[in-house]
Amino acid sequence: MNVTTGQSTDAARAIAAGRRSRRWGAWYVTEHRLRMMRTYTGTVVIAGIGSPLLYLYALGVGLATIVDANMGPDAVDGVSYLVFVAPALLATAAITVASEEFTYPIMLGYKWNPTFTGAAASPIRPVQIVDGVVYSVIIRMLVNLVLFYALMVLFGAAPSPVGFLGIVASLLGGLAFGTVIMGYTSTLQEDTGQLAMVQRFIVLPMSLFSGTFFPLAVFPIYLQWIGWISPLWHATELARVFSYGYAEPIWLTLVHVAYLVALIVIGWAWSRRIAVRRLNS
Amino acid sequence: MPAPVIVARDLVKKYQDFAAVDGISFEVASGESFGLLGPNGAGKSTTMRMVGAVSTRTSGELGILGLDPDVHGPEIRSQLGVVPQSDNLDTELRVRENLLVYGRYFGLPRKLVAQRADELLAFAQLEGKEKARVDALSGGMKRRLTIARALINDPRILLLDEPTTGLDPQARHILWDRLFRLKEQGTTLLLTTHYMDEAEQLCDRLVVVDKGTIMAEGSPAELIRAHSTREVLEVRFGSDHNAEVGARLARAQGADGHRVEVLPDRVLIYSDNGEAELVKITEAGLRPVTSLVRRSSLEDVFLRLTGRSLVE
Repeated sequence: MNVTTGQSTDAARAIAAGRRSRRWGAWYVTEHRLRMMRTYTGTVVIAGIGSPLLYLYALGVGLATIVDANMGPDAVDGVSYLVFVAPALLATAAITVASEEFTYPIMLGYKWNPTFTGAAASPIRPVQIVDGVVYSVIIRMLVNLVLFYALMVLFGAAPSPVGFLGIVASLLGGLAFGTVIMGYTSTLQEDTGQLAMVQRFIVLPMSLFSGTFFPLAVFPIYLQWIGWISPLWHATELARVFSYGYAEPIWLTLVHVAYLVALIVIGWAWSRRIAVRRLNS
Repeated sequence: MPAPVIVARDLVKKYQDFAAVDGISFEVASGESFGLLGPNGAGKSTTMRMVGAVSTRTSGELGILGLDPDVHGPEIRSQLGVVPQSDNLDTELRVRENLLVYGRYFGLPRKLVAQRADELLAFAQLEGKEKARVDALSGGMKRRLTIARALINDPRILLLDEPTTGLDPQARHILWDRLFRLKEQGTTLLLTTHYMDEAEQLCDRLVVVDKGTIMAEGSPAELIRAHSTREVLEVRFGSDHNAEVGARLARAQGADGHRVEVLPDRVLIYSDNGEAELVKITEAGLRPVTSLVRRSSLEDVFLRLTGRSLVE
């Protein structure tokens, strides 16, 4: 007798019952993640409005006053400092969300509060767990970015009618960085400070050396490579193209998109692979 | 006889060179309550993970509800309820929310999940705790919530990996009562345990597992009959004399055809009449510090089969 006839009524019932999860499983994970995020909705909204307000005031109004006074109303790149810095701050907001959502919550899911293990015992497949997490972060990122962009418009910091595409550019930047960090975090068996190092030695330098507060070209060439590999720089430049029509060759714009998409594909696939290895061994 | 819902043949799971499961075969019929009994590291949990379609086998055959877990993992898991060794409830959500999100994993409509969640909270005796934080629950309550969660999809087979390890006696009894009810309702149970009383309470049939292989198989009563005697006499002579007196007894009783096990703290004499053996010992001039005649248990079966005690 074969142990897997696959023809009994039991088997038929199982196949019917598994259909929905096979198809929609990732979204069920997203539902779960959003419900978890709901426990910190306050933080998301306050940070979503508060941090752009702080940055736009401090840099776009405060620092801009000095920059514009010294260099004229078309201070940097032919626009005011506020208009120059705002799209970069938008992209940085996406990176911030990514560095929150793709680090500790991943460690939590695998180890500290192993909801990933729980999900893997249900019809959900490991790759769907990864996908579901990414979808939920996309939703949270969009909430933050839309709030941020609305404030940019209020501050008069987004002159172009297609400036809202900066939201998409920032989303790509956040995911490019986030999925790679998720892959890295997934490989950790234990957090002995690695995640804090990511914050200190990757996120912070990246935000300083990615043409955020001043153009990358200000740096000597031997420092500019930090910008070139930084998803934040690519996302920022892209957001500037949309926000105030920053002039760069079209091929470079395409490179920004291609680079960010490539990182997303690599980071996402890496995370999926490790999920299968960790949850289905 | 109904078709078995679980069939394992020569199941092997290797991690590098180490075989955690080394050729296990068993069948579980629908509605049966089947146990894997063995010490820590015997390969019970690894077997459970393979049956639960979350761990791929190295070799051998495995059929769950007639399906191969390598091919139909999600489909098989849609019919299982899994109670893992350590609770993996979502501690960031409230009690009832844990059931709601988990029910959705099975693609069940929200309304049905909500209705089942309430029924299961009642079944798990967690009424009034719906909105409690998971961390605020006692160990026994968390366990019952995990069981409730495992039942949210109305599973054909419930897998329980050491369901009562770490619980106090009262919490264990409440849990056994709930599991017994499920058994009565016809749910197929597959459980691992290293408690013989648990196996005796809950299992219709079980296998004794050690070092990745099956040592014996049968109902608790059959195993005791085949590998032990009706009664066991336990005598203690104090730690200093135990080994020495034990060896003497082993020679004397061995001549009578009785088996004697000398453990560090006590000597066990296997006989169908424990009282008679005790009389013989005292007549021989030996004065045990304490003595106890008891029924044979699965612990004795395990000791007999492996030469080691089950819980170390």
